[in-house]
Amino acid sequence: MSENTSLETAPSQTIGPFFHYALFEEDLSELVAPDRPDAIRVEGKIFDGAGAVVPDAMVEIWQANPAGRYRHPEDDRDEVPLDENFLGFGRVPTDENGGFSFVTVKPGVVPGPDGVSQAPHILVSIFARGVLKRLATRIYFPDEDEANEHDPVLASIEDPEQRSTLVARSEDGAFRFDIRLQGEKETVFFDV
Amino acid sequence: MRHETTLAGYRSSSGDPDSLYPEYKSTRLRAPDRPLTIQPHTLSEITGPAYGHGKIRELDHDLTRQHDGEPLGERIIVTGRVLDGDGRPVRNSLVEVWQANAAGRYVHSGDRHPAPLDPNFTGAGRCLTDDDGRYRFVTVKPGAYPWGNHENAWRPAHIHFSLFGPAFATRLITQMYFPGDPLFEYDPIFQSVRDPRARERLISTFDLETTEPEWALGYNFDIILRGRSSTPFERPHE
Repeated sequence: MSENTSLETAPSQTIGPFFHYALFEEDLSELVAPDRPDAIRVEGKIFDGAGAVVPDAMVEIWQANPAGRYRHPEDDRDEVPLDENFLGFGRVPTDENGGFSFVTVKPGVVPGPDGVSQAPHILVSIFARGVLKRLATRIYFPDEDEANEHDPVLASIEDPEQRSTLVARSEDGAFRFDIRLQGEKETVFFDV
Repeated sequence: MRHETTLAGYRSSSGDPDSLYPEYKSTRLRAPDRPLTIQPHTLSEITGPAYGHGKIRELDHDLTRQHDGEPLGERIIVTGRVLDGDGRPVRNSLVEVWQANAAGRYVHSGDRHPAPLDPNFTGAGRCLTDDDGRYRFVTVKPGAYPWGNHENAWRPAHIHFSLFGPAFATRLITQMYFPGDPLFEYDPIFQSVRDPRARERLISTFDLETTEPEWALGYNFDIILRGRSSTPFERPHE
């Protein structure tokens, strides 16, 4: 294969409605034990363009540990500690009310482009019937105003209302992050 | 510590459907109205979960041997290589599959198709790719099944595939179809991939080499994930 030849990729297809019995053999809703002192809950609901809940979606998250390190060979910054017990990956189906919930820890600051740090954030993938290609978004944190202000990805979104769809809100001791697939208050989705 | 300056992200995928394909009704209220926000890949997107390692059981790849008896249907072997956009094998990477049984029925409370369940078939499998990027499943050929998208709507026989690849950016869920299916032209999910050449990449090929005499037909299905762009980059810690 010559260096500049790029093979054509396999196109995406919807996850469909019937994935539940295949993809949740392991419980991946708790990325850490709930009794860990720094455990947080991240939860929300998914809504469609008519405001109806989406009860048949799958939500996956990917994040760095509290020190800001990803458990992955590409992140080989040995000076930033890894946590043996933290993979950083979660996966849940939405429930009949369109709800999802993870127990995790708050990720740390991670490097961004051009020497600018990225504010703490969690990457999110949404799969569902009627979603032909994974929808990707990011969860930022409401108690990180200053870091959020300097985050290069947030900064690239000019409209403050759209930008605010990426910031969770504090509610009942949890971080609440609702996702709107379509419409006026539509969540920002990224072309990753 | 110096942070990265320019990072080599992943090249775009090719042939993916748009979010909205009105003929597939469920996209009408679930496709975003606004275009996706373009964002350069950062360390967050070029990393991703190496998920499932060490948790694969011996028979997870053989959907015909997960119960006391054998499932009904046409026994098949589905194999292929997971490659990146440069043709390099994607090794030690989780592949998950799920499918309907030979009668076209899923083990799922939401499946109301009045076709029989098979007590000897669940229809879920997983395995890790080997050093050549190869995966292999033994299963039965799934049946076509009706769905409510439009009058007399039937899904062509298919197997769902879930792949991770090396990064968040390479995550892919897709469907594998069987060659020559007469339902292709009527199926809006298959047709949502508008480029006919891209649709071909969703269709497995019958493979006599993979076929085992007196035992099972073989189908080959290679899966190309996105390749890495060649932009030079500094390691984060240099």
